[in-house]
Amino acid sequence: MTDILTVEDLKAYYLMNYFGVNREVRAVDGISMSIARNEIYGIAGESSSGKTSLIKVLAAATRPPLKIVGGSALYHFKSGDIDIAKASERELEAIRWRNLSYIMQGSMSVLNPLRKVGRIFEDFAARPLGLSGGAFRQRVVEHLERLKLSPQLLNAYPHELSGGMRQRVTIGLATVCNPEFIIADEPTTALDVVVQKDVLSLVKRLQTEFGSSIVFVTHDMAVHASIADRVGIIYAGRLVEEAPTRTLFAAPKHPYTAHLVASLPRIGDTGQRPALEGRPPSLANPPAGCRFHPRCPLALDKCKTEVPPLELVAPGQRSACWRWADVRPIVPAPAKVAEAVR
Amino acid sequence: MSTLLEVRNVSKSFPIGGVLSGREARAVADASFSVGEAGPEIFTIIGESGSGKTTLARMILGLERPTSGDIVFEGRPVTHANRSERLAFMAKVQPVFQNPFEAFNPLKQVDRYLASTARQFLKLSDKAAIEAAMDEALQKVGLSLVEIRGRYPHELSGGQLQRVAIARALIPNPALLIADEPVSMVDASLRMAIVNLLRELRDRMGVCVIYITHDLATAYYISDRLMIMQRGRIVEMGPARAILDAPEHPYSRLLKASVLSPETMGDDSLALQADLIAASEAALAAPDSGLTPGSDGRLLRRA
Repeated sequence: MTDILTVEDLKAYYLMNYFGVNREVRAVDGISMSIARNEIYGIAGESSSGKTSLIKVLAAATRPPLKIVGGSALYHFKSGDIDIAKASERELEAIRWRNLSYIMQGSMSVLNPLRKVGRIFEDFAARPLGLSGGAFRQRVVEHLERLKLSPQLLNAYPHELSGGMRQRVTIGLATVCNPEFIIADEPTTALDVVVQKDVLSLVKRLQTEFGSSIVFVTHDMAVHASIADRVGIIYAGRLVEEAPTRTLFAAPKHPYTAHLVASLPRIGDTGQRPALEGRPPSLANPPAGCRFHPRCPLALDKCKTEVPPLELVAPGQRSACWRWADVRPIVPAPAKVAEAVR
Repeated sequence: MSTLLEVRNVSKSFPIGGVLSGREARAVADASFSVGEAGPEIFTIIGESGSGKTTLARMILGLERPTSGDIVFEGRPVTHANRSERLAFMAKVQPVFQNPFEAFNPLKQVDRYLASTARQFLKLSDKAAIEAAMDEALQKVGLSLVEIRGRYPHELSGGQLQRVAIARALIPNPALLIADEPVSMVDASLRMAIVNLLRELRDRMGVCVIYITHDLATAYYISDRLMIMQRGRIVEMGPARAILDAPEHPYSRLLKASVLSPETMGDDSLALQADLIAASEAALAAPDSGLTPGSDGRLLRRA
């Protein structure tokens, strides 16, 4: 399998200078990963873990104060290789939307409320496609039909559509140019279960049909379980574990992953679910050594001073933990114990 | 123990269009249920957005008047004539909102909310007594006044802030907490802490909780009884585990089939359930037949 994206020791910091005082927030701190063609790669992490900063870099949408300070993110598009960290604005302009597109969170704030959906499609896609007038409309209608969406949508204003339909329109917008690489940022977070499943199956169908690679970001592990081929877990700006989805759920090798998997309640199981103590660290002043050590049940003295490397621990599975060999899946306390407390 | 809260044939319609258009949107249609009949419980209201669950919560809190029907709390209607009755009611029924970052003013230290609640409902004026009440409530949610004093909302994590919101609601020793989607904005690693806390409140402090959510998995985890709402109508109501293990109404079955979980991982996990969607739409269009008893002590709307 060939890679479409190779990220090598990528560092992107928020660099701020207020009244002569320099502050840096290390939101993306030495991330290395690669994403294959035709793959759905899930990125999981909580708020302020740096996952949004990472995808801003991958989407070539870095704006000050966020700045790439080191490493590389090399795309291997059919039209040629391009390194996001070094490319000029003009080179980036050429790949945006055509090769690299972005499904954003919060469809209401993406779609201009004053323009009909058809006009919004023109705003986004007319230039990258290089079409106009009837030919452009023809192309958009064909695309919507492939997504099993009605072309009548083009005459509607965003507020006339339901939340799920709006999200489908943003997916349509992001895919109308047949991009090779799609970044999806929490596309289903605000949706209800029924609509969520529908939207996910649309994303999956698109991916199978067009063969695009998708980076799918969400904090909901259940969504990753059903759509991602591989999942990477981000904690405090670093990739702490990466594995094929099944392996990650069955045999996590990082204590944080083990916790995330265990904390997911399931229908048919009322066993007491453990809650993780503590809070996510501040990226302005992260803990030394392994950033998870203050909350980690397995922490040793070594973890407080030395940063564990992201190592291959099993086929396709990488973990950044000094004690990965001791990590076991957390089994919830049996239901009877929980009921006895009552 | 007598019934804590009784909702009898409550409906709520909102006018849409102009005053003269005469059109109405029905947010809640003929809802009847009771909470706390057999001691403290967690009663869950499940439904998608627009199913009327938040309107129902607002009516129970007395923030919205029902178009028809009665809501009775401890034998008295929740629409109060005067301020002192209203305050006494507010001390017993407390809300917890969805997004803790929006519920708290970012420019105000969070302990000021706790202090003003203590002053208002416990009628305390002595500083030491107020702080004792604040600390006691914070201890119940696993925090302490030392950690919280003088903090602004941005200095706390979402999970901590939501726990402060629950601590605030606990200050007047309420009998009923109304939690509208309390975990949907909280990070994954902190979510279970909040859910476990609601469970503890029921078990240790005897507080009834109305838990409003669209997440069936946490509902299964903590609730004793639940009801499922579809576009303002209750379609299934009864013991939580029995209903979620084997839902009978087409809409309940659709909801359950849409839940994603690691167990259903695989290629067909995202397959469309067109037949269930059609069946639940058909149930919606069917004439209103009322709730009838079904298996395992549940009430069911038959199509």
